[in-house]
Amino acid sequence: MTMEQTPLVEVTALRKFFPIKKGLLRRTIGNVRAVDGVSFSINAGETLGLVGESGCGKSTVGRVVLRLIEPSAGSIKIKGADITGLKRQDLRPLRRQMQIVFQDPFSSLNPRIRVGDIVGEPLKVHNVGDKKDRADRVAQLFQRVGLRPDQMNNYPHQFSGGQRQRVSIARALALDPGFIVADEPVSALDVSIQAQVINLLMDLQRERQLSYLFISHNLAVVEHISHRVAVMYLGRIVEYADKTSLFAKPLHPYTEALLAAVPLPDPSLKRTKHRVEGDVPSPINPPSGCHFHPRCPYAEPRCKVEAPVLRDVAPGRQVACHLR
Amino acid sequence: MTTNVNTMKFSFMDNVLYQAKRYPLGVAGAIIMTVFVFAALFATTVAPLDPFSTNAKASLAKPGGVFLMGADMMGRDVFSRLIHGARVSLAVALGATCIGSGFGAVIGLACGYIGGWFDLLVQRVTEVMQALPLLVMALVITASLGPSLPNTIIAIAIPLIPTVSRVVRSNVLSLREMPYVEAAKAIGMSEWRIAAIHVLPNTLAPLIVLATAQLGSTILTEASLSFLGLGVPEPYPSWGRMLSESAAEYVRTAPWLVIFPGLAISLVVFGSNLLGDALRDALDPRQRD
Amino acid sequence: MAPVLEVSGLSTVFHTRRGLVRAVQDVSFSVNAGETLAIVGESGCGKTITALSLMRLIPQPPGEIASGSVKVDGVDLLQLDEASMRKMRGSKIAMIFQEPMTALNPLITVGKQIAEMVTLHDGASRQVARDRAIEMLHLVRIPEPARRAREYPHQMSGGMRQRAMIAMALACKPKVLVADEPTTALDVTIQAQILDLIGDLQREFGTAVVLITHDLGVVAETAQRVVVMYAGRKVEEASVEDLFANPLHPYPRGLLASIPRVGSARGLDVSPDERLQEISGMVPALNNLPQGCAFAPRCSQADAKCHAQVPPFELKQHDHFAACWQA
Repeated sequence: MTMEQTPLVEVTALRKFFPIKKGLLRRTIGNVRAVDGVSFSINAGETLGLVGESGCGKSTVGRVVLRLIEPSAGSIKIKGADITGLKRQDLRPLRRQMQIVFQDPFSSLNPRIRVGDIVGEPLKVHNVGDKKDRADRVAQLFQRVGLRPDQMNNYPHQFSGGQRQRVSIARALALDPGFIVADEPVSALDVSIQAQVINLLMDLQRERQLSYLFISHNLAVVEHISHRVAVMYLGRIVEYADKTSLFAKPLHPYTEALLAAVPLPDPSLKRTKHRVEGDVPSPINPPSGCHFHPRCPYAEPRCKVEAPVLRDVAPGRQVACHLR
Repeated sequence: MTTNVNTMKFSFMDNVLYQAKRYPLGVAGAIIMTVFVFAALFATTVAPLDPFSTNAKASLAKPGGVFLMGADMMGRDVFSRLIHGARVSLAVALGATCIGSGFGAVIGLACGYIGGWFDLLVQRVTEVMQALPLLVMALVITASLGPSLPNTIIAIAIPLIPTVSRVVRSNVLSLREMPYVEAAKAIGMSEWRIAAIHVLPNTLAPLIVLATAQLGSTILTEASLSFLGLGVPEPYPSWGRMLSESAAEYVRTAPWLVIFPGLAISLVVFGSNLLGDALRDALDPRQRD
Repeated sequence: MAPVLEVSGLSTVFHTRRGLVRAVQDVSFSVNAGETLAIVGESGCGKTITALSLMRLIPQPPGEIASGSVKVDGVDLLQLDEASMRKMRGSKIAMIFQEPMTALNPLITVGKQIAEMVTLHDGASRQVARDRAIEMLHLVRIPEPARRAREYPHQMSGGMRQRAMIAMALACKPKVLVADEPTTALDVTIQAQILDLIGDLQREFGTAVVLITHDLGVVAETAQRVVVMYAGRKVEEASVEDLFANPLHPYPRGLLASIPRVGSARGLDVSPDERLQEISGMVPALNNLPQGCAFAPRCSQADAKCHAQVPPFELKQHDHFAACWQA
């Protein structure tokens, strides 16, 4: 990894608590600690995979980084510039540099707007060119993501899930951003369509030096597309490493459990079954100490009381575990 | 799933004809409404007789001959009075529904967007308003404003606001969470534009259904107000008052005085509901092919 | 040994405004006691409609089971009247769904729902049924089963609800369990737990399991036999080892090549630039199927014959069937 350059995206000690309000006076009675001190950086042309199970806060991270949700604490830097405290108006020009692709190809496109206008919307908002220029640009984008420009006048419902995801990607590309948050972009797609969209995302990255924050629960997809991977559990990053070493030898017991749980499409592999017991606890009242200790097969008494910090164990590799 | 749809272009007329074929009931509703609107607009030419001229000889004349639908106690032609009455009924219905839905939509949008204590306050006020039946509220308002056409419209419009604002508010709240609204935020679209382009058009469908359903109930309220003598004052013929004047006394001896105004009211309510349902579907691009 | 479940020539159609939709066409398979047969395919391939047809839960109209037979222990379910069929559901053939909330009544405690099932089919007394419900919850490894039995479905987590549904499905020890994407809505660590659980209970009760899924990993880890469906038809059937080692039909072959795998499965040095193999195009609409092989428009090997005639489903190798002119 090139450590000397300024990362394109740098997130430090990010926190997002959602207050739980109750009663007539809407008093805050507690917090959902969705994101609890997350730090990472992404270089130009790099993909950071963010994995974890539902409720671990990975989608919230994606939204907070783009400031679609306001962070409770921490800082977000894009190309070295701190955007955490920027006002809405000041943030607007920066929106051209960062975009998002969502999971659900159905609800991410307004059903009442023609797809050509959906893709052209960012250009219109940022006053790029005149009407003719914009139409040309949209046609180019359509071609690039594998749609026919003559489909521009159709409505979203006339497309299949995979095609809609291509429309979403075209919309995200319209302003030529450097950074895209991809929030489970292939999870809702059929297997044979997933490969098409993953290939498209990777081709685009090579062409345009794109950086991705690739959020997914699918470890195989994350391994395929990412350069580095961060594993989240209940609002915290528990392991952060380059892809190869993480998948070769997971260090955190949770990463290990996740990998062991993924069913492999190869019946000749007879694996020893390492199963973690129990459910993911609620982020409203997470377990003390290390959040994973109630499910961890190696847990020791100190894991219950002392929260492990994310520390370097090897160059470019961090783990939050007392035992590793 | 419809995939690989061909991208033929359709003209406006093609689309209208196509929709007409798909929603025959909607067409029936549209025809009913057109007939009434036409009658109301050109009442003076359409009506065969003067609705105001009395004729003692023709008192309670049976339907047939000159009096297509008979005559009332004062010998006035029921058919002509119904046609003129359409003016009042439709003016009240359309006026009240438009005003009520318009204000309701604005208030609902504001509540959904501003939220906080403003929302809390407005919600409590609407709850209090909803606790009173439409007719009772309209009664109180007309009683204090005095009977006249504009006052009747206002009296019926105000009680419509809470329902509409609540429907719009809840829609806004759920639409604001939609990923496509988030995507619009992500490209830096202003909140106003998001509201105008993404949120409002998607609340239109339930709003249209609600408005047409209310079109019917406003006609009924107007009829009830007139029935109670608080609606549009004499000598303008109103369907509600035509019913009220004759219901008790003549229902046995001259049933046409009750049947025809009643029929007119039912038909308009029926027609507006049919039209509303079809409109909701036809306006949704998802239903268009 | 005679198979517990024998499905032959099953065809299910839907009469819609857009024409006749042939959701399932001429599907046959059989499952032995204690065996798991997986039906794989993508959305719209007919796998869920097949599952619902086995249970006779197809909404009629617009749906209709046009032909075929579904025999459980030799009894053809499709010939039964509705009352007898109701008795079969739960006692002989049971089903679990992707989203347990759709199958559990939100207003009744979990324990009561299981007990009701037992009373209905075994005619057990209330006390016996209640004990049996708690025993089942214990069996599906729900901690503190006696307390959990008094909970409502919404008080449980997704994984717990799925366990409760399995408990309910297996309460009367059915011969056949139809599992429609039972773990798709769950996280991987919970998925692993549930798949293990289904496997263990199957061994204990000797249940024949029909597993409907789109996840080839789940198939490889749980099934003995696999049926691959595409656009309403079977395109390949083989033992799980044969199918993954030597897929004959280009569709399953393409599917297997298109999925990314976690590193441990294939040696570690995976370069991020390696492209996944794509299957171009998309699944055809069921009311507008191509004339020949439904996969032909997406198939790189298709020739004139493929576009003209539907290939027969036939034996290609030892115990390995496929519907392809080229295989």
